[in-house]
Amino acid sequence: MSDDQITIEVDGKSFPARKGQMLIEVTDANDIYVPRFCYHSKLTVAANCRMCLVEVEKAPKALPACATPVMDGMVVRTQSKIAVDAQKSIMEFLLINHPLDCPICDQGGECELQDLAMGYGQDVSRYNEKKRVVKDKNIGPLIQTDLTRCIHCTRCVRFGEEIAGLREMGATGRGENMTIGTYIEKSVDSEMSGNIIDLCPVGALTSKPFRYSARTWELIQRDTIAPHDSVGSNIHVHVKAEKVMRVVPAANESINEVWLSDRDRFSYEAIYSEERLHTPMIKQDGQWHEVDWETALNEVKSRLTAVIQSQGTDKIGALASPSSTLEELYLFQKFVRALNINNIDSRLRQCDFSDQSSAPLYPSLDIDIAELESIDAALLIGSNVRKEQPIINHRLRKAALHGAAISMLNPIDYDFNYPVNSSLIVSPSAMLAQLAGVLKAIVSSKGESVDDEISAYLDSITVTAEHEAIAKALCDAEKPIVFLGNIATAHPQFASLRNIAGSIAKLSKSKFGYLSEHANTSGAWLSGVLPHRTPGGNAASSTGLDINTMFESDLAAYLLLNMEPELDCWNSLAAQQAMQKAELVIAMTPFQSEAMKDYADIMLPVAVFAETSGTYINNVGTKQSFSGVSQPVGEARPAWKVLRVMGNYFDMDGFAYQSSTDVLNEAEAAIGDTAANTLNAIASFQVIEYPTADIERITDVPMNNIDSICRRATALQASSEVADGNAHINSNLASQLGLVDGDNVNLQQGDEQISLPVLIDERLPDNSLLIHAGQTAAASLGPSYGSIRVSKQ
Amino acid sequence: MSEIKEQVLTQHTIEEIDKWLKKYPEDRKQSAVLAALREAQHQNHGYLTTELMDAVADYLDMPKIAVYEVASFYSMLETEPVGRHSISVCTNISCMLMGSDEIVAHIEKKLGIKLGESTKDGRFHMKCEEECLAACCGGPMMMVDHVYYENLTPEKVDEILDALD
Repeated sequence: MSDDQITIEVDGKSFPARKGQMLIEVTDANDIYVPRFCYHSKLTVAANCRMCLVEVEKAPKALPACATPVMDGMVVRTQSKIAVDAQKSIMEFLLINHPLDCPICDQGGECELQDLAMGYGQDVSRYNEKKRVVKDKNIGPLIQTDLTRCIHCTRCVRFGEEIAGLREMGATGRGENMTIGTYIEKSVDSEMSGNIIDLCPVGALTSKPFRYSARTWELIQRDTIAPHDSVGSNIHVHVKAEKVMRVVPAANESINEVWLSDRDRFSYEAIYSEERLHTPMIKQDGQWHEVDWETALNEVKSRLTAVIQSQGTDKIGALASPSSTLEELYLFQKFVRALNINNIDSRLRQCDFSDQSSAPLYPSLDIDIAELESIDAALLIGSNVRKEQPIINHRLRKAALHGAAISMLNPIDYDFNYPVNSSLIVSPSAMLAQLAGVLKAIVSSKGESVDDEISAYLDSITVTAEHEAIAKALCDAEKPIVFLGNIATAHPQFASLRNIAGSIAKLSKSKFGYLSEHANTSGAWLSGVLPHRTPGGNAASSTGLDINTMFESDLAAYLLLNMEPELDCWNSLAAQQAMQKAELVIAMTPFQSEAMKDYADIMLPVAVFAETSGTYINNVGTKQSFSGVSQPVGEARPAWKVLRVMGNYFDMDGFAYQSSTDVLNEAEAAIGDTAANTLNAIASFQVIEYPTADIERITDVPMNNIDSICRRATALQASSEVADGNAHINSNLASQLGLVDGDNVNLQQGDEQISLPVLIDERLPDNSLLIHAGQTAAASLGPSYGSIRVSKQ
Repeated sequence: MSEIKEQVLTQHTIEEIDKWLKKYPEDRKQSAVLAALREAQHQNHGYLTTELMDAVADYLDMPKIAVYEVASFYSMLETEPVGRHSISVCTNISCMLMGSDEIVAHIEKKLGIKLGESTKDGRFHMKCEEECLAACCGGPMMMVDHVYYENLTPEKVDEILDALD
């Protein structure tokens, strides 16, 4: 290594450097400022803006620091006349065509060009000719273009190619006529597209939802954690007058680097949605009344006590969204269990709980996020990781581009932005056998033995060349990993899949992780929002009902935290009917909806992510605490405070918290050690029968329909990553049923029949029908997987 | 997919592109993009449509925008409808000294169009500003449909253009 070390001199001081480094990397590392527009440490070097010209001794002209490799003994001057003259000349060229519209430009105040023009620009332009004007293009609901301001740094183009893996932007035309854009009118559809707003050094690409709503110098920057996936991206929230104006990424190399998914960037719009609940409301004689907190909480106490006395605590269910904070979830279960209610769950999109007692402490990724880049093989079982955890997908993409063999087993042929080694696309009922094929291939190639139950099942399995290819990729790899995704978790044979996947991981010496769904799925497991476990994974003294059994058990009352049962649950219809049948539904909710007004009796307005302090535990087990960054709307209060006061109203012991930190300290002590130990947390194998079906339903949760916040974020809802209200089938099934695109079909799973238009979708296997979840159009349909009756209208 | 491509790119165009593809390594299909666009343009009487560029992108496994970039960069590729006979008069220094300005003026008057425009009947297109075509010893010169004509006079230009359909 020492051979690699060299010394260079910059502005009269010596600095160590590595051979092959670019000069700008050395100056950046040592806090020597070199101006730049096109250089970005996460992108390849383009060297096209020329702003970083510096003087290098023995070079006849100034050289671009971003594209000049360091050499031993190199003498560099960043402030000399040659360097500064060169930079000033470049700035003069850049300003030839750049408009002087800073007063109406959203980038004003945070514009790299504006800043550098102050340092290097002239006050008078020598250029008298006409300035170039470029017509704006509509590239979708998230990004506003003002391409006349573009200085052609091509950061956005390189981002598309190198990071998003989807070249959508390009530089068309030549010379004076060169423009950045999509050439044709199209929207930029990457799940990470918003990052080009941050990358753009000028005001050519700005945030469309934020447009003209504030000047950057009016904003106060506060930090929190993104609430929509299990990664826990770090974010800066920009606040004006205690109101969230926009969200941008905060750098954290171990999690999101400098990137942010569009979902986490633009969901803040929902905070000020018209459907936000501003005051506590109670329903009396079918009419909703706005009341103060005291009245509402007294009502909670008297009505809940009445149900407990008349029906018993076994007839009460408590459901919480795993996107709630750790403090909220911990207090929720503490409150519920203090009332002797055991029916508590947060596994909203799961149906097979048969092996819950042997589940790991929490669904852990089993590998650090940054370390994902260095894996060399992966098998993803039931996952659309690209849309569900874009940051994880980005790391996997880096691994794949370095040659990692990434294989998929999915019921939908999702589009990935990197080469996929093998892709098994089968209907949900065939997934277990396909996975078993991979296991069988490993067993026979390694000559290992497996448990008798598994062995008996493998006897009936035929191994194909594809199974062998996946098995070989995992077994040959030095650092392989097997992942269970959200589709696997929601699968009716989850326990069997989990078992076979675990056996594959063990025999192939892979790590074994879960790509969990929500920002605090880990926290919900650890804090014991489960019917069978209390905080820290301790077995509950009396196991309550799981969510789906609750729905089947005609419970008399439900307590809801941050969720909309008809949209957030595995069985929408059952959830909706259970809510309607219950005599009391108490919803702690940031939003009200028509559906909720129909079934709920008391609605308590609670704060959303930016409005509350709290903690999320991501899928690696990293605890990230944050403060509230804006004022809750109206009378809404952080849910941990609501739960604390509810504890006081019920005269419970141990609810005298001063701050959310007190709650966190207590929760952490109760949780204790957080080693998930996924590989050993596997029960004995049994095949759970898949529900027989002529046509199988497949459910996919589009990235912007995942929770009540995303569903109300206006710009995200205008993007393409939303539930589309269609019944997706492939063309084989369409021709069997005599259907074409746009025909209406009748769909039925329970008592209710609904009608949806058909969309031909060739990503699907035969005899399968996909309907997106998280949309009201599908709220009257039953189980996410299993049989669905389809008839032509 | 292949059916759609064949509809857009003719069999002849695909054969020509395939000839070029043989010259490059199999994993470097995009090397043939210029030749492919030239063939596609030829098939469409002198200009490219988005549909044609998309078909070339699919055929060469390139992002569509990368093909648009190439097509919009090179002056020999047209991305807007133009007349079917392309006239490029060299106006670089040698030809200019030999009187290319008069040749341009003559053609503009004859066809009733300016540089960069096409005749209404779709017969002729005058390329915008043609740079040196490397025939300096024969200036003034022009290229019509890939054929060089040198030592031009207004009469000679009339003869050449009138002979075209």
